[in-house]
Amino acid sequence: MTELLRFENVVKRFPGADYNAVDHVGLSVEDGEFVAILGTSGSGKTTLLKMVNRLYEPNEGRILLRGEDIADKDPVQLRRGIGYVIQQVGLFPHMTVRGNIATVPKILKWDAGRIDARVDELLRLVNLDPDEYRDRFPSQLSGGQQQRVGLARALAVDPVLMLLDEPFGAIDAINRAALQDELLAIHRASKKTYLFVTHDIAEAFKLGTRVLIMHDGRVMQYDAPDVIKSAPAGEFVEELLGTAE
Amino acid sequence: MKYTRFTGRGGTKQKREMNNSHLIEKIAAYFQTRSDVYAEAFARHIMISVICVAVACAVGIPLGIMCARNRRARVFITGVFSTLRIVPSLAVLFICMPIFGIGLPPAIVALSFLAIPPVLINTTQAFAAIPPSVIETAEAMGMTDAMILTRVEFPLAAPLILTGVKTAAVEVIASATLAAYIGAGGLGNLIFTGLGLLRPDLLIIGGASVAALSIAADTLLSVAEKRLVRYRDADRGRPHDSPAHGRSARFA
Repeated sequence: MTELLRFENVVKRFPGADYNAVDHVGLSVEDGEFVAILGTSGSGKTTLLKMVNRLYEPNEGRILLRGEDIADKDPVQLRRGIGYVIQQVGLFPHMTVRGNIATVPKILKWDAGRIDARVDELLRLVNLDPDEYRDRFPSQLSGGQQQRVGLARALAVDPVLMLLDEPFGAIDAINRAALQDELLAIHRASKKTYLFVTHDIAEAFKLGTRVLIMHDGRVMQYDAPDVIKSAPAGEFVEELLGTAE
Repeated sequence: MKYTRFTGRGGTKQKREMNNSHLIEKIAAYFQTRSDVYAEAFARHIMISVICVAVACAVGIPLGIMCARNRRARVFITGVFSTLRIVPSLAVLFICMPIFGIGLPPAIVALSFLAIPPVLINTTQAFAAIPPSVIETAEAMGMTDAMILTRVEFPLAAPLILTGVKTAAVEVIASATLAAYIGAGGLGNLIFTGLGLLRPDLLIIGGASVAALSIAADTLLSVAEKRLVRYRDADRGRPHDSPAHGRSARFA
């Protein structure tokens, strides 16, 4: 396994705050991993994620993607190679499902035939019938269907890295379980690297090949789910596991 | 008309009927003999209105976007324009006269000032109403700022901006009548001539034409607005509730 992403002593402090939202984080993510970032609200997990596609800039430290400091790259170009899914989905309400999924391919000037084929392929991947859903507007979809389209849109140009920020947080339990299974299947088939932020312990342990537990901006433990369960590092992790029993 | 005084009962009714038929004849006669004057006034009125609405868009939309992005700018700019708006349009016209003289220029300036606020306020509200999550994902997908503006923000803001343009257009068409007072021409000429000469036929022709223009502008822009929000009403023909749209957002 080769290293895809590396955080080196990363610090993020928001203007006006008297604490570090992300406090000296150093860690490495291997190619093809599914890292579940677990923490309470205010733990810095979303901040950590948003520094990877430079929606936030760190105050200290470096983030390396394939050995290159992302601070040296054009953020617009960097982002086109990174998928991004958030809880609010953020579909463009004035575009059809096809238009939404085709956003980045269109920016990259794919030809229409290739875009159409890719849209249908992605819709099938997220279990939506292309003929039924391709020309619908987001307002004509349920919450679960919208997030399926959000996922398809993020996967459109086959990014090396996917960032997911509580993507299933607003979806009912039954649909959430189904989406988790589908996401796992997509991850396994794609062999791409996923960073998945969640505050749901069961979700983190179900999805992650490794789980990154954060608290107050610091990494509490970063290990395979089994290892964390059998050897929790410190009081906080033990307490956290206790709440899930 | 002296003889009507001596016709006794029913005379007023008779008089009115006679006047009515006179009036229609007079209006018909006006169109037969003075259609060139009418056409010129009509065209002038449209020209003034179109220029003012265009100026209002050129100024109001960029300022509106600025207001949506910067709170300090919003407080200042909306403050200035809501104050200006309190001044009656006729007063604005007369205030412009010493600066811009008489004729078309002061009329264009005064009416443009009148038309800017609805466009500006609606643009600000339209941009502020775009969900932050939509902008965030657009940015995270690698859209440049220009792409976000043209492909996401503008299409989403357009319906509400158009509502503001509609308000501005209707207001300008009505107020452009007053522009005749300061020599800018337009349908106001007919109305003021009618007032001066006590000619109801001219008053009716002028007034009805202004009303027809207002209704036409409103209808035209409403159709355009409906086309822009088709995606929101696409849900199997059942329109969504959208209290923020469909009516003009004025100063609250």
